[in-house]
Amino acid sequence: MQISMTVNGTEVTSEIEPRVLLVHYIREVLGLTGTHWGCDTSNCGTCVVLMDGQPVKSCTVLAAMAAGHDIRTVEGLATGGTLDPVQQGFMEEHGLQCGFCTPGMMLTARALLDKNPHPGDSEIRQAISGQICRCTGYATIVRSVQWAAAHPAGGAGEDTAAGDAVEGTDTALEDTAQDTEVKA
Amino acid sequence: MQIPAPFDYVRATTVDNALELLARYGPESRVVAGGHSLLPMMKLRLSRPEWLIDINDLYELDFILRDGNKLRVGALTRHTTLLESEEVAALFPIVRDAEQVIADPVVRNRGTIGGSLCQADPAEDLSTVCDVLAAEAVIRGTGGERILPMAEFHRGPYETAVGPDELLCELRFPVRPRSGSAYEKVERRVGDWAVGAAGAAVFLAEDGTVEDAAVGLTALGLDHPVAEAAGVLRGKRPDEGLFAEAGRAAAAACNPVADQRGPVDYKRHLADELTRRVLRRACARAAAQMQEG
Repeated sequence: MQISMTVNGTEVTSEIEPRVLLVHYIREVLGLTGTHWGCDTSNCGTCVVLMDGQPVKSCTVLAAMAAGHDIRTVEGLATGGTLDPVQQGFMEEHGLQCGFCTPGMMLTARALLDKNPHPGDSEIRQAISGQICRCTGYATIVRSVQWAAAHPAGGAGEDTAAGDAVEGTDTALEDTAQDTEVKA
Repeated sequence: MQIPAPFDYVRATTVDNALELLARYGPESRVVAGGHSLLPMMKLRLSRPEWLIDINDLYELDFILRDGNKLRVGALTRHTTLLESEEVAALFPIVRDAEQVIADPVVRNRGTIGGSLCQADPAEDLSTVCDVLAAEAVIRGTGGERILPMAEFHRGPYETAVGPDELLCELRFPVRPRSGSAYEKVERRVGDWAVGAAGAAVFLAEDGTVEDAAVGLTALGLDHPVAEAAGVLRGKRPDEGLFAEAGRAAAAACNPVADQRGPVDYKRHLADELTRRVLRRACARAAAQMQEG
């Protein structure tokens, strides 16, 4: 069957089997592998994407059911070259270790902040309660979301804290680049 | 990788269209709404429909509407919508209590009240909620509409009165004065099936005694309200002693099975303790509603 949907602002049309799950459509047909595929049983939440702005577990939605809808994946969080404040927050507050749960966590955080720009810690914990971080980094995930709430303009914010954050980020990126060189 | 067996997919455009599709494709077709029970079953090949009829475009079934002394809730109303509705919380606080502990927030964005009731999982929370609130199920088929009380809607685990060519369209909840309700669940972790849960609805007389009450249990081996608990409560003045008596009645009436979520005696203890707690909260809410007038 033929399906069309909007993914990260771009209209896509594909010929698929009706049984293809949204997570596999996104990863294998569209090649957007930022959306992770984990438990397959709608327990772990790493496959969370936004469907019309709401977090959904894409392993339990058929691609056919998403046709006509607006899908946003982790690749759609940054605009231009600028990270979403949530992504920036995960860098600033070390919201990830292995990174497997991170795409789903960030999309749920984005949806939460769109609805509730100043959530309490318990509201953040409630929002991500259907998602599992097996590094058990929940405390830093909550802090990352709080960072994003406090910096709605992200690293481009005018306040001192945000300015410091940008410098920190640059360092982190340089470190990563050095690591890569060393490994190479 | 878990992938469902092949099927054909069709998206219904209206309730009438969905009923035509159900009639055309017969018993080998299944309706999908949120899909968070059906799709996992299809992945495990526990369910192998030949046709999947997607009803997510039937916005006519997505509503919460006060109609005289009834609250009408469309079958496609999402859990998140029910959880966030102030009108529902004011009339039936048990719904918000239950919705807070149904699956997890992301699953609640997809799952629907109609899907939950039709899945009829013994650990499903809204069946108990609908039981104690004396809801009616509005079921439509090509031949017309029928309205069933919950006692006739339930047919045991994973079975309901909804025929293969019918669609559950709406739940109707009677609104009564001087009423209160509550729900509480024990689960091992967020999103797991209940170890056990209890729900209660209480209606007070003008003198503050219990005019009528209903207590229901989830995942504890009963698919109907605990008549013995209601019998204990009726005509009495609510107090701790009465709640304890009703709790003992619920524990005696339930029929739990031992599994990895706990042994029978623990689950009986839950029936007792959770019944007391929900009655305590439901009566306090009813009393508060009386004071507000």
